[in-house]
Amino acid sequence: MTEAQRVECTSLLRVDGLKTEIRQRHATIRAIDGVSFSVAQGETVGLVGESGSGKTMTGLSIIGLLPPGGRVVGGRILFLGQDLARLPARAMRAVRGSGIGVVFQDPMTSLNPCMTIGDQIVEPIRAHRESDRKAARRRALELLDLVGVPQAKERLKDYPHQLSGGLRQRVMIAIALSCDPKLLIADEPTTALDVTIQSEILELLGRLKAALSMSMLLITHDLGVIAGHADRVIVMYAGRIVEEANASELFAQTRHPYTGALLASIPEVDEGTDRVLYSIPGVPPDLSQDRQGCAFAPRCDRATGRCEVDDPQLEGCADHSAACFNPLTTEEGSGRSPMHAVAVEPRRPPPSSADKRAPLLVVDHVVKTYPVTTGVLRRRIGAVNAVSDVSFTMTQGETLGLVGESGCGKTTLGKMIVALERPDAGSIVFDGIDLTKQSNRATRTMRRNFQLIFQDPYSSLDPRMRVGPALREPMVINAIGNGVSRDRRITELLGDVGLSKEAVRYYPHEFSGGQRQRIGFARALTLSPRLIVADEPVSALDVSIRSQLLNLIKRLQEAHELTYLVISHDLSVVRYLADRIGVMYLGKLVEIGTCEQVYGRPAHPYTAGLLAAVPIPDPARERAKRRIPVNGELPSARNPPSGCRFRTRCPRAQERCTVEEPVLQAVSGTDHQAACHFPLVATDVGKSAQRDGSRAFGSDGA
Amino acid sequence: MATTRDPLATRALVERTAAPEGGEAVASRGIWRVILDVFLQNRLAVVGVGIVVFFLLFCFVGPLIYRTTQVVTNLTLIHLAPSSQHLLGTDADGYDELGRLMVGGQTSLEVGLAAAVVATLWGTLWGAVAGFVGGAVDAVMMRIVDSVLAIPPIFLLLFLATAFTPSVSMLIFVVAFVSWVIPARLVRGESLSLRSRDFILAVRGMGSRDRRLVLRHILPNAVGPMIVYATFAVADAILLVAALSFLGLGIPPPAANWGEMLSNGLNYIADGWWWLVYPAGLCIVLVVVAFNFIGDALRDAVEVRLQRR
Repeated sequence: MTEAQRVECTSLLRVDGLKTEIRQRHATIRAIDGVSFSVAQGETVGLVGESGSGKTMTGLSIIGLLPPGGRVVGGRILFLGQDLARLPARAMRAVRGSGIGVVFQDPMTSLNPCMTIGDQIVEPIRAHRESDRKAARRRALELLDLVGVPQAKERLKDYPHQLSGGLRQRVMIAIALSCDPKLLIADEPTTALDVTIQSEILELLGRLKAALSMSMLLITHDLGVIAGHADRVIVMYAGRIVEEANASELFAQTRHPYTGALLASIPEVDEGTDRVLYSIPGVPPDLSQDRQGCAFAPRCDRATGRCEVDDPQLEGCADHSAACFNPLTTEEGSGRSPMHAVAVEPRRPPPSSADKRAPLLVVDHVVKTYPVTTGVLRRRIGAVNAVSDVSFTMTQGETLGLVGESGCGKTTLGKMIVALERPDAGSIVFDGIDLTKQSNRATRTMRRNFQLIFQDPYSSLDPRMRVGPALREPMVINAIGNGVSRDRRITELLGDVGLSKEAVRYYPHEFSGGQRQRIGFARALTLSPRLIVADEPVSALDVSIRSQLLNLIKRLQEAHELTYLVISHDLSVVRYLADRIGVMYLGKLVEIGTCEQVYGRPAHPYTAGLLAAVPIPDPARERAKRRIPVNGELPSARNPPSGCRFRTRCPRAQERCTVEEPVLQAVSGTDHQAACHFPLVATDVGKSAQRDGSRAFGSDGA
Repeated sequence: MATTRDPLATRALVERTAAPEGGEAVASRGIWRVILDVFLQNRLAVVGVGIVVFFLLFCFVGPLIYRTTQVVTNLTLIHLAPSSQHLLGTDADGYDELGRLMVGGQTSLEVGLAAAVVATLWGTLWGAVAGFVGGAVDAVMMRIVDSVLAIPPIFLLLFLATAFTPSVSMLIFVVAFVSWVIPARLVRGESLSLRSRDFILAVRGMGSRDRRLVLRHILPNAVGPMIVYATFAVADAILLVAALSFLGLGIPPPAANWGEMLSNGLNYIADGWWWLVYPAGLCIVLVVVAFNFIGDALRDAVEVRLQRR
């Protein structure tokens, strides 16, 4: 018990047997079911789990901001000797802000759009400190400087919409820190941000924590983020803690099968694509039902009869404990390869670029700008260069991944390829037919050849249409088959995407996100398309569901001979799916090549920075990896920088980059090209192969 | 599910449900079932439905039981106080007041319901097309809506009622004409937001024509708010008809309606002949309030339609 006593006296926050319920109209969700942990002075505790695991509810229970219907029904939350679970509202208000600061996920919605950010930072200072207005202003300025907002003085008068996402999150952090909290709860602080901004914000949080000697509770679904920034990690599943350990220990010596499976189901950014990704079967349990035994048992391949009857308790030493009757052995839990061994299957070799088939898709100097207008008469005051001068080709059966941060034009490009947007200039030739020159009628009949998969499975299906009619619709529109053959096709496709044929009777809201995305694939496949443009196909899904979908996407490609254009901000997802990668920045294609070339020997500084910013779920490598900073914020696409568009954030930028716009040129081998004057891998081949972008692309036989 | 399960049964259950890789859908209760549940939890709404059902029976079944003559005037029976023969007395023309309330209610309810349905259907289609097509078409269509809105309804009604001979179908047309603009605006907004949703883009990407998008996807998704609006529209229409008739521009006698009866009764308010004033007034108030209760409850119920509860 000496260990426990030690924790008692040094811990800042101690949660003891916390139970939180959310009452709904017809059911009570046991969101948190007996969670105990502590956060010591100066420690960063990471809370990981998928959606519905109770990680966010834990955070909200601590600060007493549960959603309507939610309440703490048991346990204690000891913070500086006070039990927050039983604190009256008035005393709780004093704790919030001054004792505990919170940073939420979405900086777009957690700031008041009608108040200047100065006023919003001053508000908590005056509420808790009652200092006079001038002093509060001074403090606000100090805070903005502290969180690294440039030109803080001018920024005080800005409204939230005038700031970028990254700056807004910095402002949120400033507000959370305004009254020197002892504990900072950061709930998915970087999930809504781009990967380069994410790494800056995480670094900032780590630095501030040390400087202000705070403790931090970092809540996230991203094991990579946890690996780099948490001292101790708590893994949650279905409202309970399944494993708790020091960060390095957890990743090196995983004990709980769930944690192990979770780690194994993440595609890695520095790993090849020739294996089937491990995926956890099934879906998380329904928390409104009575539970018996281990909640993970139905999805666990190590489950025995005992797991379904008895409730496993957290066992182990203070450094590492897991709630499992059949934990992974030392050998199984160390490193990630053993888990993989379960599922390794040879994959088809990617179609090599030596394959001299005619290209299926040729995108040639495509430009798309959106006018920016003002006033009633829609006077044009400028234009956003969504896509400017992008060219590439795709051959039948290959997968091209398109990566880039938000606003780089990748989605617009995808929509143009499936003819949902028309380019302003350039051509998109699909199988020999120029889509940009077709009439509306001809385009309509062409559409069955290429389909789009959407990011959000919740909005891509008509909520008022059952799955059966929704899948029949494409065939009805294109007058394919009759009633019987359509039904047969639907049954077949549902089988292909891993759903039973019963699905036709249900409405979309009766499916989970992953299932809906499967339905989206089934719908896209009804017309036997040749090209599928998948716009962030898995980014709305949880890790365990995501790996199921990634495997499905690959399986469908083989079964249906598909060509994929996968658009994603997630470099590891693209790496897993794609044969070739294109990197976009502010409407430009800056680098393109095979996976091995782009990920192994990135030539463009932006690609290198992007790769370095991706968090790796392995503390040793994550903390050791060299930082290639991509500093600052994305410039506006309305006034892109002259010359090279990346120069404002590039560590290698020189005079020439301001003046001369770099064109795509070969860097290592003909099919690896980058648009940079000073590529990271400069070769003689690159210089001699310098010619204009279109020829570099069009000449496959060169 | 039973609280105690033996392990073997659980295993079997797990294996069965794990059959398709993606898992099965969790059947939730139907959207309409959820809406009905929420609706029925609202006591006022249930009262409202009760009142409406009562008045429907009263007006359409009532005359079959309580037989009176409402066509031939009988001057020997004018202004009789309520008695066992005439439960609510008689009016200035010798008509039985209770019988007349039933007949008059028929007109009010018919006009109210029909006008609300016509206005909602037309307005919905108008708004859906305007919002979906957008651009110049939208601008022109919505300026037409603005123009109709700019005319005070009572002036328009007075003009139309004097220009044409009032009849039931005329009244329906007139009332619908002044009230279709509100649903048109509502649905346009709905349509604008639906238009940019992914599922519309997906169906377009399959090669669908606009007509299909509007009829099969935009309209069904706008149906919730429209039902709510239609309910309020019935109440408004009944009030409008009553107001018109009160001003003497309703359907001419011997046809009856509550507004006209109220108007006639007011002549005798100083004489203490309450049975000519209160019953008609009460009928109007009760029906209008009942429809408003229903509309309020429907609005609450429809809000939860996409939530998984």
